[in-house]
Amino acid sequence: MKKLAYFPGCAMKDQARPDENGALQALAILGYEVEEIPRWNCCGTVYSLAQDDLMRHVGPVRNLVRVQGMGEKRVLTLCAMCYGTLTRSARFVEEPERLERINAFMDTEDDFRGGIEVVHLLTLLRDEVGYEKLASKVKRSLDGLKVATYYGCVLLRPREFAVDDPERPEVMERVVEAMGGTPTVFPERMECCGAYLTVGRSDVVTDRAGRILRSARGNGADLVVTTCPLCQFNLDERRPAGAPSLPVLYLGQLLAWAMGVDEPAVAALVSKEPATGKPVPSGV
Amino acid sequence: MASELDLSRDRLDAPFARRVEELSGENPYACYQCGKCSAGCPFADYMDVLPNQVLRLVQLGDESALDLSAPWVCASCLACGVRCPKGVDIAKTMEALRLLALRKGISPAPATPDRPCPQIALVGAFRKLTP
Repeated sequence: MKKLAYFPGCAMKDQARPDENGALQALAILGYEVEEIPRWNCCGTVYSLAQDDLMRHVGPVRNLVRVQGMGEKRVLTLCAMCYGTLTRSARFVEEPERLERINAFMDTEDDFRGGIEVVHLLTLLRDEVGYEKLASKVKRSLDGLKVATYYGCVLLRPREFAVDDPERPEVMERVVEAMGGTPTVFPERMECCGAYLTVGRSDVVTDRAGRILRSARGNGADLVVTTCPLCQFNLDERRPAGAPSLPVLYLGQLLAWAMGVDEPAVAALVSKEPATGKPVPSGV
Repeated sequence: MASELDLSRDRLDAPFARRVEELSGENPYACYQCGKCSAGCPFADYMDVLPNQVLRLVQLGDESALDLSAPWVCASCLACGVRCPKGVDIAKTMEALRLLALRKGISPAPATPDRPCPQIALVGAFRKLTP
């Protein structure tokens, strides 16, 4: 078993539980001993874009100090938002003057020394596990399911922190293929759902969700998969009346089901066809 | 006799533009108004003026940019920044405008959130819509 420090973030303990449950079971099957970092706190969800707003980087950086304290050099996130804040804040405070100020501010903590690598589940699957090994662990193929791969913003932008090509990504599509599914590439797969605007401008988010879901369905998808809890909420809960009803699931749920773990949300989408034993869509 | 044309940036060099530059770390005068940011912005439909027009107001030192809805409709998705041929990260300019407004006491934060509302969205909104 390979040890891996893990930062869950708030959503994984709340609305995105199914993602964490699924992903952690899948990672165990893939040979990882995942260890949650001690005394973690919220990453802040959104990265501060201002030059003088150092205080808003304390949240993510303090989590990286905890990783450092474990003697680890890297940390895993499942959540796209957490990936964004942790990677970007770490780089922003590496500049010596900022580092000195932020360490002075966190005077009860060990100094952050930098050099912690943040990995997202998708990059781990691509760069370390590999699509072939992933495919070899698949017990139930997603054969017959057309999966719309929704990236959203943070996984792909800005360019320096993108998990893949920001305009032509393929990592999520390859992961879906490794599980036996058919990825549905649709034009809105990289377009923002509205993120935190859902708090005060749910009208905008509802409109965005409708466009994204219609685009996915219009391109033949049976379901949408994402790694972002805010995207999942916005697409699912802000779905406008009359929009396609296709389910919006987390990557962790698909991985778990494909590897033979109980996952009712995926099981509901497929039914065994007695003649071939292959799963087929149950008519979404 | 024709008067001499002054094409230097000196006449445009407004304190407001410099303040926005200082906060955002992005040079507003790098923008040559191609409009690619607005063409790809998923939120342009909901803005009062387009992203490239926001940047033009900043270039002109026009503080009415602080009264626009556009910076508050921007969700920092960064689609503009990855496509800008001049490498301007416009989302940072939008953030600077939000912060300048917030620090003057202007905030569009709703008194109550639209429901249901997950904590991940609330934390994000607190960070973007409060000083």
